[in-house]
Amino acid sequence: MANESISRRDILRTLAVGAAAGSVLRVIPAEAAEYVHQMVHKEKSASPAGNYTPKYFSAAQYAALLALCDMIIPKDEKSGGAVEAGAPEFIDLLTSENDKFQLRLGGGLFWLDGYCTDHYGKVFLECTPEQKKEVLDLIAFRKNAKQDPSLSQGVSFFAFLRNMTCDGYYTSKTGIADLGYIGNTSLREFPGCPPLPE
Amino acid sequence: MSQVIRSPKQHDVCIIGSGAGGGAAAKVLTEGGLNCVMLEAGPDVHPEKDFKMFMWPYESPHRGAGVGGHAHENFGEFLAPNGAWHIEGEPYTSAPGSDFQWFRSRIVGGRTNHWGRIALRFAPIDFKSKTRDGLGDDWPITYDDLAPYYDKVESYIGVFGTKENVPSAPDGVFLPPPKPRCTELAVKKACDKLGIICIPSRLAILTKSINGRLPCHYCGQCGRGCITASNFSSSQVFLPPAMKTGKLTLITNAMAREILVDKDGKATAVSYIDKTTRSEKRINARAIVVAASACESARLLLNSKSSSLFPTGLANASGTVGKYLTDSVGSNGYGYFPQLEKMPPHNHDGVGGMHMYMPWWKFDRKNDFPRGYHIEFGGGREMPGVGMFNALNREEEGYGVSLKQRARKVYGCHIGFAGRGEMIPNPDTYCEIDPDVVDQWGIPVLRFHFKWSDYELLQAKDMQETFKAIVETMGGEYKTRTSIHGELPFGIEPGGRIIHEVGTARMGADPKTSVLNGFCQAHDVKNLFVTDGAPLVTNPDKNPTLTIMALSWRASEYLLDEARKGNI
Repeated sequence: MANESISRRDILRTLAVGAAAGSVLRVIPAEAAEYVHQMVHKEKSASPAGNYTPKYFSAAQYAALLALCDMIIPKDEKSGGAVEAGAPEFIDLLTSENDKFQLRLGGGLFWLDGYCTDHYGKVFLECTPEQKKEVLDLIAFRKNAKQDPSLSQGVSFFAFLRNMTCDGYYTSKTGIADLGYIGNTSLREFPGCPPLPE
Repeated sequence: MSQVIRSPKQHDVCIIGSGAGGGAAAKVLTEGGLNCVMLEAGPDVHPEKDFKMFMWPYESPHRGAGVGGHAHENFGEFLAPNGAWHIEGEPYTSAPGSDFQWFRSRIVGGRTNHWGRIALRFAPIDFKSKTRDGLGDDWPITYDDLAPYYDKVESYIGVFGTKENVPSAPDGVFLPPPKPRCTELAVKKACDKLGIICIPSRLAILTKSINGRLPCHYCGQCGRGCITASNFSSSQVFLPPAMKTGKLTLITNAMAREILVDKDGKATAVSYIDKTTRSEKRINARAIVVAASACESARLLLNSKSSSLFPTGLANASGTVGKYLTDSVGSNGYGYFPQLEKMPPHNHDGVGGMHMYMPWWKFDRKNDFPRGYHIEFGGGREMPGVGMFNALNREEEGYGVSLKQRARKVYGCHIGFAGRGEMIPNPDTYCEIDPDVVDQWGIPVLRFHFKWSDYELLQAKDMQETFKAIVETMGGEYKTRTSIHGELPFGIEPGGRIIHEVGTARMGADPKTSVLNGFCQAHDVKNLFVTDGAPLVTNPDKNPTLTIMALSWRASEYLLDEARKGNI
């Protein structure tokens, strides 16, 4: 590509020159440098930690949440899944701050355990992979709730969790790379549209 | 006036509000030699810390959704601060049957820190509305009166665009436009087939360095605020030169409560709440420029009634303060475009906003509704964010590897369209003081009345039909479903939602039916000016910010002139 991508450090260096040259900018070199450090720090601290203590969910519920996230967006041949992308931490954080989410997800996880206990004699997490797949195949589609209204709360819960899992995944480094988004960087010139494939 | 020796607290002009209108006034007035004090109801802004430029969603634990997921309602966690539909402790109310939504930014620079940077001139015919079709009123000024000020504003703030000679969208002083994105080329092709004008957009973003500001670096995130000030904000572009004169005193966290007048009906001071110390303070000035945002300014005038001279509010002898409120007509839709599935990954960011748009193109024929609208559009391979796959999930459901594969396939293949049209002022749409409610500072709050008429509904209908035609001409599938029924027919947005609320202290030739004269000067109080969206007589299909700045610049030059003549 004719266009040259320049690093964040480069643009901030350019900035510093601009400010020194007496522009009206309110950015000064020191603050620009501080900004870079702040960003680097945040990038480091945002990497998924090994031992996460849930803020809202009980340990058992959080384990179920991990299992569900992993089934909603698993690892495949191209990229990692929702768990390594930090989706469960994201969901737990937002749920800890929002009582509507607590009802929908906290309550939803109880509903799931209740359903699994009724049908398999054990909670979701203890079900076999086949049983887990069976129940998800039911609650992942609205049409199943039309045939069996007793599933409707489960369908609603799963739809909400699926959206949040996607939110967590596709805002992660892994998910963004999976989609092939390129950008959020400094360009000297916008290149326009590459040639359209025939 | 500027020669007079003052006590430290004596100012020539008190400017209330630091956004587009207040910022323009501060620049022009201080550079003209007047000593100004500016009251801003929010805190100062620190772009280098407050603006989330280049931040990836994963750099925040909330991923852009904000605490509890609530920032999503206010355009996301990464939007430049502090815009919100609801401000804790500072409510507003809607009358029964009305749903008006009011987006406010309490911070230096106001909404210009995050705005869409769409900088469109009103057209000559927009100033002659009543003459044109009998609806509403004509302005007391013409396009030719304002054109030199559009020139000044554009030259100073920097606007890209192209000369097109479209009668509904006058050309201005333009920087070169950025190259179109793939999505824009595809839409343009369909528009050409349909006879819809599609041209480079006009945004207040620098494609070349001017006035010491760096050109755009094409990260596509203008709404987050720009640390390099490569797009326009009042805080970074108008206020620094005003500060440099040494004649601007900025007082933050200062919520104006009332404008005080002397026995002759001249404005003398502003009473405000210092939010930091939670105390009442007062500042004296020889002239007052109110630029608090259209509705906030109306609120301040209506609440300024302790003088027996103005029992119904300051400058409100006509009774029209708060009346003639309008917002833009808005209706949105989107389509899916299978041909985009084949696009290779590439940097699609560009500037923060559309590189092309459709100005009103049916000005040469009879339509089902008065006036017109323009179309904004965007989509394609944008930075992924919260909510991006909600629609896919609703449609396709399921889970697992197939969900990932579908997300990969559809990513970048959607284009959204937004119609923005002209609302005709109507008697059922206005704001007034709520008799029962005060905010946490004890200031009576606004109560809104809002109603769309058939004019606007027919416009929204036309928008939906046009979006569908464009999408289908492109070989895409139009996904938005609207109907004539329900609360919001044809997808028309609730009043206020487009954040183009204007008209609440309109200018006019007749003091009996207007608040201000053609220089934004109150008919009833000669040293009082209003320079935000409130003076606008009509709300054409051009986003109002550029016109607010041009009007404020013109009013400020007039104020300077009057001050020199000793008339104020």
